[in-house]
Amino acid sequence: MSDSAETYDLECRNLVRRYGKFTAVDNVSFGVPQGDFFSILGPSGCGKTTILRMMAGFDNPTAGDILIKEQSVLNVPPNKRPVNMVFQHLALFPMMSVAENIAYGLVRKGLPKHQIAEKVKSALGRIDLPTSGDKSINQLSGGQKQRVAIARCLVLEPAALLLDEPLGALDLKLREHMKVELKKMQDQFETTFVYITHDQSEALVMSNHVAVMNAGRFEQIGTPQELYYHPDTAFVAGFVGDSNRWHGKVERVDKDGVKVVSSDGVELLATPAGDTPLKEGVEVDIFVRPESVVLAEDADRISGMENRIDGELVSILFNGANSRALIRDRATGGELDVALPQTGEFSTLNRGQQVYLGWGMTQAKAFAATGDDNGRAV
Amino acid sequence: MNLKAATRLSLFWLMAPLLVWLIGLIILPHADMLAISLRERVAVRTYEFSFANYGEFFNEPLYWRTFARTAIMSTVATALTLLISFPVSYYIAKMLRGRLKAFLFLLCLVPFWVSELVRTFGWMILLRESGVFSNLLQWLGMADGPVEMLYNDATIMVGLVYTSMLFMVVPLVTTLDSLEDAQVEAGYDLGGNAFSVLRTIIIPHAMPGIVSGCIVVFMLTLGNYLTPVLLGGKDNLWFTAQIYTQFITRFNWEQGAAFGFLLLGLSSLIVWSGLKLSRQTLTETMG
Repeated sequence: MSDSAETYDLECRNLVRRYGKFTAVDNVSFGVPQGDFFSILGPSGCGKTTILRMMAGFDNPTAGDILIKEQSVLNVPPNKRPVNMVFQHLALFPMMSVAENIAYGLVRKGLPKHQIAEKVKSALGRIDLPTSGDKSINQLSGGQKQRVAIARCLVLEPAALLLDEPLGALDLKLREHMKVELKKMQDQFETTFVYITHDQSEALVMSNHVAVMNAGRFEQIGTPQELYYHPDTAFVAGFVGDSNRWHGKVERVDKDGVKVVSSDGVELLATPAGDTPLKEGVEVDIFVRPESVVLAEDADRISGMENRIDGELVSILFNGANSRALIRDRATGGELDVALPQTGEFSTLNRGQQVYLGWGMTQAKAFAATGDDNGRAV
Repeated sequence: MNLKAATRLSLFWLMAPLLVWLIGLIILPHADMLAISLRERVAVRTYEFSFANYGEFFNEPLYWRTFARTAIMSTVATALTLLISFPVSYYIAKMLRGRLKAFLFLLCLVPFWVSELVRTFGWMILLRESGVFSNLLQWLGMADGPVEMLYNDATIMVGLVYTSMLFMVVPLVTTLDSLEDAQVEAGYDLGGNAFSVLRTIIIPHAMPGIVSGCIVVFMLTLGNYLTPVLLGGKDNLWFTAQIYTQFITRFNWEQGAAFGFLLLGLSSLIVWSGLKLSRQTLTETMG
């Protein structure tokens, strides 16, 4: 996505924010093109909210630059910046009606009354609340409040809308629904969205581009598919999606891949990934997605695969289409998460039953271990 | 005994202390006062029902003018207290965090550990002719002779505002504390400036605190006796002083009781119209 000729609606250059000795945001650069749905995904405390607040103007960077429509906004106060923010708890004004909330920014801009009324009416129509203008905020449901909070910003036609985990307070069902809704609203208003979240599924479902953030730095920026299938770092591999992990030492490197002996003694063949080239004796982390592992009741079916394990079924974690089987490795006692095929062919598996697992070398990604805890999915 | 009767009995016993207090110390004395205020002495130990004591208030300009003066001074004192307390409360509630916040809040409370009488004498020590300020001004060469700063309306006002501060700061800090920072930020984010955010977001949110603080301060000031009498001196007219005079100096309990009820009625009327003007209800602000 970093085509230098491209113009960005919103851009951060070498952004740094320090609080005393603590560096919350450490040299972060990125650009968000016009109309993009850009997410910053990271565990809590990684500095993503700090970035958003600096873009909105509530916080000042220690170093670096923020550009909106190619203009530096470092010295522009929040009420003059052409970006608007949807707050985590929405921050709708409870003493005003729905229509007054939406009109708030327009009134501050000093637009004529009839124009404000017109814009509010059309905004209410677009968020499917055409008759709710006179209602008080407390009469709305959680999802409706959400839409009002977004409409309140979008009537101002900002260069970008900044969203600070606005779905966090909703229950699961509504959250799933709002994901789709948000995406639709973005298409309808054709506005650039910058969305921060710690929930990987929100980021993957809605975004065109996702930046994965950890400890103040961006680990990787890419499309959801790139992050999922081609993680650049161990952190991304561990944080985005679920994975089975092994920690081990490289025993042999050849042109196709590496042979690794894990700390509990399993021999694994894997493909090197990440920036650091792997050498013999290097400590590595290996990641294998649950859906890459083939589950079989007889050993012949997986005989063609590079990695094979004999196991016994510990339990089935039934969850509809996302059902998993928990398998214990007979040799080491380690446990693996395996996705069950949706055909229902393994629905009769019994606890303790002998099963065979296999996966290809290309499905196992080996990253040089960095020593820190590589972001077990939250 | 069935359950319902038992519930009623326990409710009765729980309510009993409150009822004794209410009836014995508030309702009975007030009923008696009302009866006293509604009689007129026609001869020795002979009383007749009459509104003459109430009529006296309206016929004698001194009385109703004293009341009007008291009411106006109290309103001004309430407004000044609000103006001074609001920024203080906002600073304590929204700008400070942790220990400093608790400390500053405590500083507002500390003066109230001393009796009002002692505090008022404190002001007198500072402001009298031979007092601290007077000597300081002379020493600095800003005054030629002793300066008397007691016994005028400005001094009364200072004393009243000082006495009332806490009763404004506490409800304001409580309501402002519950204002989410994000609300203020959202106000700015959507293009508001300091003034419009204050007017459209902070003040409407703080309205219940403002109103309840104003009611408490107004009633306390109107019914204050010590501060206006000590700081205002003998010639200063304050309505509670008039009531005191009727009861104690002139031994005219009938007139004193009538004034007491007029104070109650008129001040309630002022509070009620204040609520109407600010479109607030008592249940909303007190609830």
